[in-house]
Amino acid sequence: MKYIDEYRDAEAALALAAEIKKITTRDWTIMEICGGQTHSIVKHGIDQLLPSRITLVHGPGCPVCVTPIEAIDTACELAARPNIILCSFGDMLRVPGSHTDLLKVKAGGGDVRIVYSPLDALETAKRNPEKEIIFFAVGFETTAPANAMAVYRAAKEHVTNYSQLVSQVTVPAAMAAILGDEENLVNGFLAAGHVCAVTGYDEYYPLAERYSVPIVVTGFEPTDLLHGILMCVRQLEEGRHEVENQYSRAVSRLGNQPAQEVMREVYEISDRNWRGIGVIPGSGLRLRDRYAAFDAERKFEIHSVPTADSADCISGTILRGQRKPTDCPAFGTRCTPESPLGATMVSSEGACAAYYRYRAKS
Amino acid sequence: MAHGGGGTLMHQLLERVIVAPIDNALLASRHDASVLQVGQSKLAFTTDSFVVSPLFFPGGDIGKLAVCGTVNDLAMAGAKPLYLSLALIIEEGLPIETLSRVMESIRATAADCGVQIVTGDTKVVERGKGDGLFINTAGIGLVEHDQVIAPSKVTSGDVIILSGDIGRHGIAIMAQRENLGLESTVVSDCALLHREVLALLAGGIEIHCLRDLTRGGLASALVEIAQSARMEIEINESSIAVSEPVRAACELLGFDPLHVANEGRFLAIVPGKAVDEAVKILKSLSPENSPQIIGTVCKSNDSQVVLVTPYGGKRVVNMLSGEQLPRIC
Repeated sequence: MKYIDEYRDAEAALALAAEIKKITTRDWTIMEICGGQTHSIVKHGIDQLLPSRITLVHGPGCPVCVTPIEAIDTACELAARPNIILCSFGDMLRVPGSHTDLLKVKAGGGDVRIVYSPLDALETAKRNPEKEIIFFAVGFETTAPANAMAVYRAAKEHVTNYSQLVSQVTVPAAMAAILGDEENLVNGFLAAGHVCAVTGYDEYYPLAERYSVPIVVTGFEPTDLLHGILMCVRQLEEGRHEVENQYSRAVSRLGNQPAQEVMREVYEISDRNWRGIGVIPGSGLRLRDRYAAFDAERKFEIHSVPTADSADCISGTILRGQRKPTDCPAFGTRCTPESPLGATMVSSEGACAAYYRYRAKS
Repeated sequence: MAHGGGGTLMHQLLERVIVAPIDNALLASRHDASVLQVGQSKLAFTTDSFVVSPLFFPGGDIGKLAVCGTVNDLAMAGAKPLYLSLALIIEEGLPIETLSRVMESIRATAADCGVQIVTGDTKVVERGKGDGLFINTAGIGLVEHDQVIAPSKVTSGDVIILSGDIGRHGIAIMAQRENLGLESTVVSDCALLHREVLALLAGGIEIHCLRDLTRGGLASALVEIAQSARMEIEINESSIAVSEPVRAACELLGFDPLHVANEGRFLAIVPGKAVDEAVKILKSLSPENSPQIIGTVCKSNDSQVVLVTPYGGKRVVNMLSGEQLPRIC
């Protein structure tokens, strides 16, 4: 497969791993931001190729994991109502809320539909004018442009039965929160390539400068990840803290301008609660007032449900890179994908799910 | 729905709720078909239900699937398929011409493998209480050899042969159902497997276990065998063939091809000494499928499947928890 196979070449991967080993003289902790990168690392056994002095920790870049429990609860509550079709990306359906999840709501008769694009949800609205269609708009800057476009089109086409339950988050503010935490362990970052494909990486320069931390924009294939780690370790060993772009085949410094424009048109920056982490100022997006008619939270009377995250779940510290999934006493025993305590165990990008799925027992 | 996905939840439902109250020595083998001693003859007996949507897909339809699925379950017990039953549950409103197309497919597939459909049943349910058409089939086959083909026979040093590439059926169905608009049409692998199995037996191959890959994909089949046999299985990722369109679709959706459904592939687990001859026989029957040696059975008492990546790293292979769900980004 073009643009995939070249980046899965075993010989090239092993050469990069050997180079990392050669230049590493100290202990370094590197965080990959994105859950997709976490899964790729564990799935391909990338971490097993690294010298023991390099520790990879897993960041908050799993959109499913960080969606706050009250948003899941609200989605479940809305989906259970008559006359509502709740559309969502597939990942969100298994994530536990306080009392239920969307799959269980669907099993109980709620009209919950998986879509591959927010525009599919908009089409559902046009085909079902007698129903209210709510799209559960979650994710990082990767999903925000298409989600914004759906609202923009709905407004242009005067579709009045479409709205979004928005829980969009942004990456740089989360990185700042991690670096500003007094218990931070992270020496360097692999920034999420697909996020930067949208946003570019200008926003990362002040972060690298302020916290003296190297940030390497990195892709998702084995040689991408090893190359990103090599670039990061090289900076650390040389005492540099710069923003570098490993993923230049997909990412430019300024990113995708039309995508950013539609995001800015529809959404504005807001504070946002991250599941397991708490409120991070300026880390989210919400619908602008001129699109209030498409905001499900404003459109529907939301009944507040008492939320209850599991007291045993340590996903917040895992998402900040301070603990590993296997540090959790509940991992693989009281917390499994069939019976999860937190979102990190069920999301296809969750760190706990990656460890559970791919780690050998012995 | 996750309880029907062929993964961990389905196995839990089966073991804890469905099998537990009715368990017996024959069910305990947890094989695709039970082998019954009837007088001087050994018969294999199996049943399966088919609820696929859409009813027609590239490479097959629910009728072909129903015959292949049951014939393949008999074949996995090393049996020569002889007779099938056919039960149809038809939803009100299903066009007669659709039913006729499915029946023609059933006739042609049954003729292809030389089985007769000798009994059946037809029910019609109200609109909204079915999904167009459900089919149940049961099958009887004749076991004409003395081998015991079961997970309990799997032992250290055995070699695992996979009969072809994986993931076609699941992606073909998904592409059709969800109208994914993939660049290439993925054609289901839906096929009869009895010829390959009977050829291995006729060639004098000692076979320790056979397993066709269905809903839970290659991963579920291997994990089931590892757990039943209480052995560790090690497989090499590089040896597992996945066609380019299937790989591309899996990349797009965030699916692991190891977990994607198949309907015309099987695993043959044979002693190391028999593997070359077994591969030769399989290649001679279906060279287009290129059977591959994908791994070995390593040691006992460690019931897991370990995959060796092309980079030398190792990871465990699990059954899927529920259904595979498309990822956000």
